[in-house]
Amino acid sequence: MQVTSTVREALVTGNKTVHDVTEDICRQVEGKPTKSWMLGMAVSLAALGIGAYAVLTLLWQGIGVWGLNKTVGWAWDITNFVWWVGIGHAGTLISAILLLFRQKWRMSINRAAEAMTIFAVICAAMFPALHMGRLWLGFYWALPLPNTFGSLWVNFNSPLLWDVFAISTYFTVSLVFWYIGLIPDFASIRDRAKNKISKAVYGALSFGWDGAAKTWSRYESVALILAGLATPLVLSVHTIVSMDFATSVIPGWHTTIFPPYFVAGAIFSGFAMVLTLMLVTRKVFKLEDYITINHIELMNIVIIITGSIVGIAYITEFFIAWYSGVEAEQYAFINRAFGPYWWAYATMMTCNVISPQLFWVKSIRTNIAATFILSIVVNIGMWFERFVIIVTSLHRDFLPSSWAMFYPTFYDVGVYLFTFGLFFTAFLLFAKFFPVINMAEVKSIIKSSSLKEKK
Amino acid sequence: MKDNKKTYWKGIEQLSNDPEFVKHADKEFPEFLPINQNDEGEGSSRRDFLKMMGFGIAAVSLAACEAPIRKAIPYVNKPVDVDPGVPNYYASTYASGGDYCSIVVKTREGRPIKIEGNKLSKISQGGTNAQVEASVLSLYDNERLRGPKAGTENTDWSTIDKEVITKLGAIAAQGGQIRIVSNTILSPTTKNVIEEFKAKYPNTEHVTYDAISASGMLKANEASFGVKALPSYDFSKADVIVSFAADFLGTWISPVEFTKQYSKTRKLGDGKKTMSRHYQFESNLSLTGSNADYRTPIKPSEEGKAVAALYNAIASKTGGSSVGGAGKFDHIDKAAADLLKAKGKSIVVSGSNNAGIQTLVNGINAMLANYGATIDLNKSANYRQGDDESMDKFVADLKGGRVAGVIFLNCNPVYNHKAGADIKAGLSKVSLKVSTSDRPDETAILADYTAPDHHFLESWNDAEPKKGSYSLSQPTITPIFKTRQAQESLMRWAGVEGDYYTYLRNYWKQNMAFSGSFDTFWDQTLYSGVLEVASEEEVASLEFAGDVNAAASQATSVKGGELELAIYQKVGIGDGSQANNPWLQEMPDPVSKSTWDNYLTVSQAWANANGVTAFEGKSNMATLTAGGVSVELPILIQPGQAPGTVGVALGYGRTSAGKVANGRGKDVFPLLGYTGAVTVAKSDELYQIAQTQTHQTYMGRETVVQESILSKYQKNPKAGRYEPMVSSWAEEGGKTNSGNLSLWEGHKYKNHHWGMVIDMNSCTGCSACHVACQSENNIPVVGRQEVINRRDMHWIRIDRYYSSDAQPGDLEAMEVAAANPEVTFQPMMCQHCNNAPCETVCPVAATTHSTEGLNQMTYNRCIGTRYCANNCPYKVRRFNWFKYHDNSQFEDVNTAMNNDLGKMVLNPDVTVRSRGVMEKCSLCIQRIQYGKLEAKKENRRPKDGEIDIACASACPADAIMFGDMNDKDSRISKLLKIKDTEKADYIIEKEIGEPRAYHVLEEIGVKPNVTYLTKIRNKEEA
Repeated sequence: MQVTSTVREALVTGNKTVHDVTEDICRQVEGKPTKSWMLGMAVSLAALGIGAYAVLTLLWQGIGVWGLNKTVGWAWDITNFVWWVGIGHAGTLISAILLLFRQKWRMSINRAAEAMTIFAVICAAMFPALHMGRLWLGFYWALPLPNTFGSLWVNFNSPLLWDVFAISTYFTVSLVFWYIGLIPDFASIRDRAKNKISKAVYGALSFGWDGAAKTWSRYESVALILAGLATPLVLSVHTIVSMDFATSVIPGWHTTIFPPYFVAGAIFSGFAMVLTLMLVTRKVFKLEDYITINHIELMNIVIIITGSIVGIAYITEFFIAWYSGVEAEQYAFINRAFGPYWWAYATMMTCNVISPQLFWVKSIRTNIAATFILSIVVNIGMWFERFVIIVTSLHRDFLPSSWAMFYPTFYDVGVYLFTFGLFFTAFLLFAKFFPVINMAEVKSIIKSSSLKEKK
Repeated sequence: MKDNKKTYWKGIEQLSNDPEFVKHADKEFPEFLPINQNDEGEGSSRRDFLKMMGFGIAAVSLAACEAPIRKAIPYVNKPVDVDPGVPNYYASTYASGGDYCSIVVKTREGRPIKIEGNKLSKISQGGTNAQVEASVLSLYDNERLRGPKAGTENTDWSTIDKEVITKLGAIAAQGGQIRIVSNTILSPTTKNVIEEFKAKYPNTEHVTYDAISASGMLKANEASFGVKALPSYDFSKADVIVSFAADFLGTWISPVEFTKQYSKTRKLGDGKKTMSRHYQFESNLSLTGSNADYRTPIKPSEEGKAVAALYNAIASKTGGSSVGGAGKFDHIDKAAADLLKAKGKSIVVSGSNNAGIQTLVNGINAMLANYGATIDLNKSANYRQGDDESMDKFVADLKGGRVAGVIFLNCNPVYNHKAGADIKAGLSKVSLKVSTSDRPDETAILADYTAPDHHFLESWNDAEPKKGSYSLSQPTITPIFKTRQAQESLMRWAGVEGDYYTYLRNYWKQNMAFSGSFDTFWDQTLYSGVLEVASEEEVASLEFAGDVNAAASQATSVKGGELELAIYQKVGIGDGSQANNPWLQEMPDPVSKSTWDNYLTVSQAWANANGVTAFEGKSNMATLTAGGVSVELPILIQPGQAPGTVGVALGYGRTSAGKVANGRGKDVFPLLGYTGAVTVAKSDELYQIAQTQTHQTYMGRETVVQESILSKYQKNPKAGRYEPMVSSWAEEGGKTNSGNLSLWEGHKYKNHHWGMVIDMNSCTGCSACHVACQSENNIPVVGRQEVINRRDMHWIRIDRYYSSDAQPGDLEAMEVAAANPEVTFQPMMCQHCNNAPCETVCPVAATTHSTEGLNQMTYNRCIGTRYCANNCPYKVRRFNWFKYHDNSQFEDVNTAMNNDLGKMVLNPDVTVRSRGVMEKCSLCIQRIQYGKLEAKKENRRPKDGEIDIACASACPADAIMFGDMNDKDSRISKLLKIKDTEKADYIIEKEIGEPRAYHVLEEIGVKPNVTYLTKIRNKEEA
């Protein structure tokens, strides 16, 4: 255990003892589902059901049920994909990068953030799969597998292929990282379990954790190694996603600023999503002592920083479009701001650039209601950012004869709803059956940070 | 081995030799097995039960998933000239009413699948138009009648013949009047059959009318020169062309022929630095008007005044007397000056059916000495023979009950005549009504008997489109249904024995001049499809004898109004006779780019004044009232629409043409010929017209459209070219075209390097290529709603751009077309880029570059990510959003892929694409491969011109040229002046020397293999 100066503010409030931590966290897992949980689950399952209808219709009828057309070949599908991938950035960032930087405040939020990452990446992965015209072939043809087509290989030039690798690697590493972290906590639940089924299930999940010093040492080493592996992935995934656009010739996509701009945007939206979820979990599960105002404030500061980076990126794009002297590029940006989709651009600017600036005010960034609202506003803004990039660039590109509008259909919305249903169902199941806070790690900061100990 | 005394025992039982073991020792399984239990008569065992059950389940499930049986019946005796996989070509003739085109029909395995132009024809010269190209699909129209009908009951031919002959006999016995009503008949033999019919029933009269009548012109020519016929025009000899509302490139008289001629005058190159100058005076922006150098919008009532003004302007210079009633219009004086400079090398035409206007036009042409030079009355044309007066008399006779029997010979006057309602009412008083229509159309459903005619591709026939020019039709397929050629029906009823084929041959034997054996002559004519007979007699005097003053008063007395109606035909649908053809319904109108509907075209000014909104084709509905008739139509704001006019197209609003056409648009035939004021009342109801292009201007993007004017081109052949240069250390002088900079190594084409050139100066936008491509490449029709969803599937499209009056930089204003815009047509298809953006982004390498420069699409490999389409700067890739074949959703529109009959039109060389894959122009790869294989069989290289692709071969303007850029002697290499370049480190190793040649979006460096030639307008100032 590292030594933490006593002058630092406590990370866990409420005079918690180590036992209190176990009790507080395990209570959710061991108790009966609460009413609010049941309600949340019902809503999520309803969304999942309606969404599943949209997905099945899409698969049965064809991509034509969406509102896409010959000019705009991607719209909600890839917008949602990038949006979910972006959201999926925060978890790994919090657990890996902040672990490397020894930011202990991360300990009470990293579990839920990582879970969110994993579910978000699953949701994101739905879209590249569902947007394919021939999913039944595409899901394995996009992989470099040996085959009998005269050994037909995939096209390594294609950013979509890079996506396949980037997302699958990120998902695998995030999943392993998350699961390794869960093992000691599963063992705690196993040890406390009163009925046989729980004992057996959590016993299996905890991989026979024995709590020996050697085991703890290995656990810490693995966590550190995985953190090291995950850190570049946080940057690489969205870099590669941005290359789907940056390597193309379409004005508005063909931009070298995309990789850093996308990564900043991803962290921005990821933190916002973590906040949204954490604020709810904190309230429902009564975890105010673990997820403190201090946490919220720190996360809001990250949001100001990344939001400002994104804002600068928007302005830089405009400057470069003007400076490049490229007619189509200039038009693409003028069209973004003043064309038929000006409202999408205006929403994006308001939500992403202006609204996070409110967090400069301390009273706002420490206000829970304000944070909650702004965290949703940021994610709305970030959805529109992707929509603006994808749709407004495509709908008016080089040849004016092909300029067209995009109008979403029920199925565009439905498939998006499906991923919401999937995400919240998964998150609620996680919140009920898995420890939402990393007990083992939090206990490590109790001694140095808990007010009771300081007395 | 003998010493080896070892013995191996199978087991202790063998060693001990116990009796139980010895008993079973010779059996394969000495132990007890229950297999043979059944033999011992103990009933079914468990194993039997399992076996029976297994078989039962397998049998039941196999029976349940029985595959649909599709019978393929092989030839018992293979026809001599039908080889599977090898196409046969037959010369034939397309004649629909007076519309004529000499064609070559491609058949595969005994079924016609594609129509090409016949290059041997002196008239259509190998060109086609959209309607001709699409007619092959009409052959496989599921709505065609399967056999004769009596009323609505099916019957057989012997019954129908017996009953019709009895009734005709009864009518003849009572001295009743019989009428044969038809559109223009080009066939001399058919006319002879009618004569025979008239001989049998002497009270018969043959009434000819045309949906779009040229009766006024016939009358004028009779008055002016004593010849009641249309002249032959030769636009190729005209330096100055003035057209008063004659859409001669799109719909007027013989557009294929005229486009062929006209395009010759629009070609520019090293040897030819001049081109014709074209003035157009019209109300609606027609296809012809959009190609004009100077276009003046006028009201329909002003047409006579404008013609009179031109007459006066010419007369004043040639010593003639002027006529009264002339108006004052832009460009009349300028046109007159140009015409006078080009005496004997000019043409003035008018599309009017007003004999007075036509007489004045004749007078102008006579003053300009065009007769005998560009206009030939001795070689008169038979395209329009309809006589309005005799048709009016027929309608009056019908109403008066003076007609006892009427035979509608392949015509549909209830729909396509303005007095259709009167005819319908009058028919109830007729005792015998017979129609030979191929479907229960608006007229046929009123008939007592329908004796359906063959489709022209199933028929023998002849045609004489012009005096001395003959052509033959031959069947290219055995009649699909129990139909009978209409001529044969008439022969039966007239008591003439034999079949029409023998009759036709005999007629030719008796009436045509030939030397040697008739069989040889016949076979030769049939082979080439056309026959030219020189005629030496001069029938028409060149002396103009028309009464211009009377003509002028007739021409200028047309009463107008504040708002007038100009009725026109769309290039695709025309008069609506082929309205049930989905290829034509979905072919975007060349000018408005709209499909599946007709609409009220209004000017922007009128729309503004009346508060009409329009966005993406969605606009208000309006009620048009003219002469007591009201029609509700959607509004389309049409740049170029003359102020104070509205336009509507004919050919829509069919009620009994078939599932494709019924209820599409509104019928305005009742308004045809109406002059005077109309009113239009806008309603608040909105309606979206399905347009394939909703953005009208090219936003000043010189990289897309490069154009100039003739005088600048004459000084500098590179006029209008846009060459964006960037600084570069790599080039001498430090400047290079940004498109030349590349990370790619490029391609080396050792064998062929296919390429295409599109001359934007010749392209008239007629869209023949559109339908040709659709027919050649099995392109699905998606229907109105899917066009609204912007998902049309055409591989080639013709981008139509209007000019804008806005200042460059004012982007919002640049989106609005000028009130009377210049128009540019730009055919756009896959550009087969050498650095193709689509190829790099496909994750599964489904789109790749060929060794011959083609960008190829492997449908089998495509997983449908659509990234290629997004990354295509030309937006030419098309995605299969749905399954368009065998899908009830598209049954009514995509008839070529949703019923067994329609599917016969599919080209077996081209895959029907499945749902979820991307497709695009392949440069007709199947034709390239076929041509290469044919050459290989003969151990030679393909010759230039031998391989031609569908769009290029259809083009009546020769605006599209395809060829091998590696072949130094090919037309394309010569046209582009392709030179080897020093820059061997970069691709193509070729440089294009032609100054007019450019690549669209050159600066992004995708290096297309399709090259465009700049558009040059023959104007004084740009």
